[in-house]
Amino acid sequence: MRYALARIVGLLPTLIIIVTLAFVLVRVAPGGPFDQEQTLAPDIKANLDRAYGLDLSLGQQYVRYWRGLLHGDLGPSMRIRDFTVNQLIATGLPVSLTVGAFAFALAVGLGVPLGLLAATRKDRLADRVLMAVLALGIAVPAYVVAPLLVLVFAISLHWLPVAGWEPGTTRDLVLPVISLALPTLAYVARMTRASVLEVLGLPYIRTARAKGLPPVAVLVRHVLPPALAPVLGYLGPAAAAVLTGSLVVETVFGLPGMGRFLVQGALNRDYTLVLGQVIVYAVLVLSFNLAVDLLQGLLDPRVRHDRRA
Amino acid sequence: MIGIRRWFPGHPAARTSLCLLAAIALLAVAGPKLSPWRFDDLDWARIASAPGGEGQHWFGTDRLGRDLFVRTLEGVRVSLAIGLLATLVSLLIGVTWGAIAGFAGGRVEALMMRIVDVFYSLPYVFFVILLTVTLGRTPSTLFVAIGAVGWLTMARVVRIQAESLRHREFIAAAIALGVPTWRILVRHILPNLAGAVLVYATLTVPGMILIESFLSFLGLGVQEPAASLGNLMAQGAAEMEAAPWMLLVPCSFLVAIVLALGFVGDGLRDLLDPRER
Repeated sequence: MRYALARIVGLLPTLIIIVTLAFVLVRVAPGGPFDQEQTLAPDIKANLDRAYGLDLSLGQQYVRYWRGLLHGDLGPSMRIRDFTVNQLIATGLPVSLTVGAFAFALAVGLGVPLGLLAATRKDRLADRVLMAVLALGIAVPAYVVAPLLVLVFAISLHWLPVAGWEPGTTRDLVLPVISLALPTLAYVARMTRASVLEVLGLPYIRTARAKGLPPVAVLVRHVLPPALAPVLGYLGPAAAAVLTGSLVVETVFGLPGMGRFLVQGALNRDYTLVLGQVIVYAVLVLSFNLAVDLLQGLLDPRVRHDRRA
Repeated sequence: MIGIRRWFPGHPAARTSLCLLAAIALLAVAGPKLSPWRFDDLDWARIASAPGGEGQHWFGTDRLGRDLFVRTLEGVRVSLAIGLLATLVSLLIGVTWGAIAGFAGGRVEALMMRIVDVFYSLPYVFFVILLTVTLGRTPSTLFVAIGAVGWLTMARVVRIQAESLRHREFIAAAIALGVPTWRILVRHILPNLAGAVLVYATLTVPGMILIESFLSFLGLGVQEPAASLGNLMAQGAAEMEAAPWMLLVPCSFLVAIVLALGFVGDGLRDLLDPRER
């Protein structure tokens, strides 16, 4: 419990650094969100700047942003008129989270068994084929896989829709989830394989076999628990990878998720939108990492003690 | 060519990959000169024509009638250049950071690596996107943005090496002789890091190329009419229904480059740093 509290408190400086860094990075940009259109009359631009607080000094803006942030307010979008960043994120986040969660579940749920299978069939045909496919899965990024899947399954075979999103339909989800899951799945499977192989070489496994335990029992009871520890440690980066991939997948499949707003915001220099999204993404990843850490501490007491020291 | 079999003992994949990379690089430099077309020439008579068609468009043309052979090779050039330069930037920052942290030890090391950990846990592509907002989207700012964020793993690799070096006798001897710290870093620590750094740098390049093409795919990277593998694939993805070659051509080049660099990196690691296996 004390460990958990310490970890949560430890996140605060991280968050402050992230917000500050993101804020500074966005604000030192030359040119503002209102520069690109035809030159505005000076007084109109002054009004706009005042309305969005851009006439204040950087320090004042920073304080203002934090004040809003502490109330859960990410400010108004600068380019998408009449919308606040909160509203935009509220429309996008559920879509992104749905696709992301399914992809994540698929990557872990299928990656671990595949890795286990490859490890138990080491150097045989199944292992070789699987490893070759997985190597390809890591090298070929989501933005290549996604269009190729569409080409095969939507355009040639007509099994699934090319793109689009209607709430509550599973057909729309299949291709985005698969293309998002694939690279992470490949990584998880390779990791599982390597770590299972390592555990299989340990003496206590030989003991377990020697005393006549059936092979499946050895795998489930003795091999898997220690072998999964590194995989558990990878879940945080895996979640980050899935979030990153979601930018592309949402673009390719035209999903109305958060990624689209981030890309649009970056193209339009919509300061508040980009800033707000990066913060939301960061908080998502950080809290997920925290959950993984706590889970690790729960499963393996050594983690708790090492980290506290 | 005679000695090539000895380059990567026991690593035929690394040898083949190295040859493949050399061939691609050669093609990227010399190829465009073989074609009568330039990368931004418009051939109005043959818009979106398939590969191998008339007009000497060996890989076909795109929506505006631009030659895909030349554009793809141009894209390979841009992507390779950005990948290499971004790796160089990340190398400079990462090696400096890691070497100082590893050599200093104590509280300085803890603080410096804590900062790395913080950033490491974040999806850093989002920070690259922030940086592209700040720096603009020209190829020259792009590699700075990618490299400026991609140095974290390099710093970790270097720190571990530097830390183990710190406790060796020759460093203790140098300290005892009163050699200034910066000189120890430059003369004694850095040369000993070269192997690990080279291996890791080779493995970084494909990652950097992937990030570049990722950004360009989203429209946040290299801008038209300049070509990069990423923006070619983005256009190809939009046209794939009618013209699959527009996606498949740049795509196969990207996959070949990334896979080949990965194999060469693995081969180098076995060669220079057998412990990591």
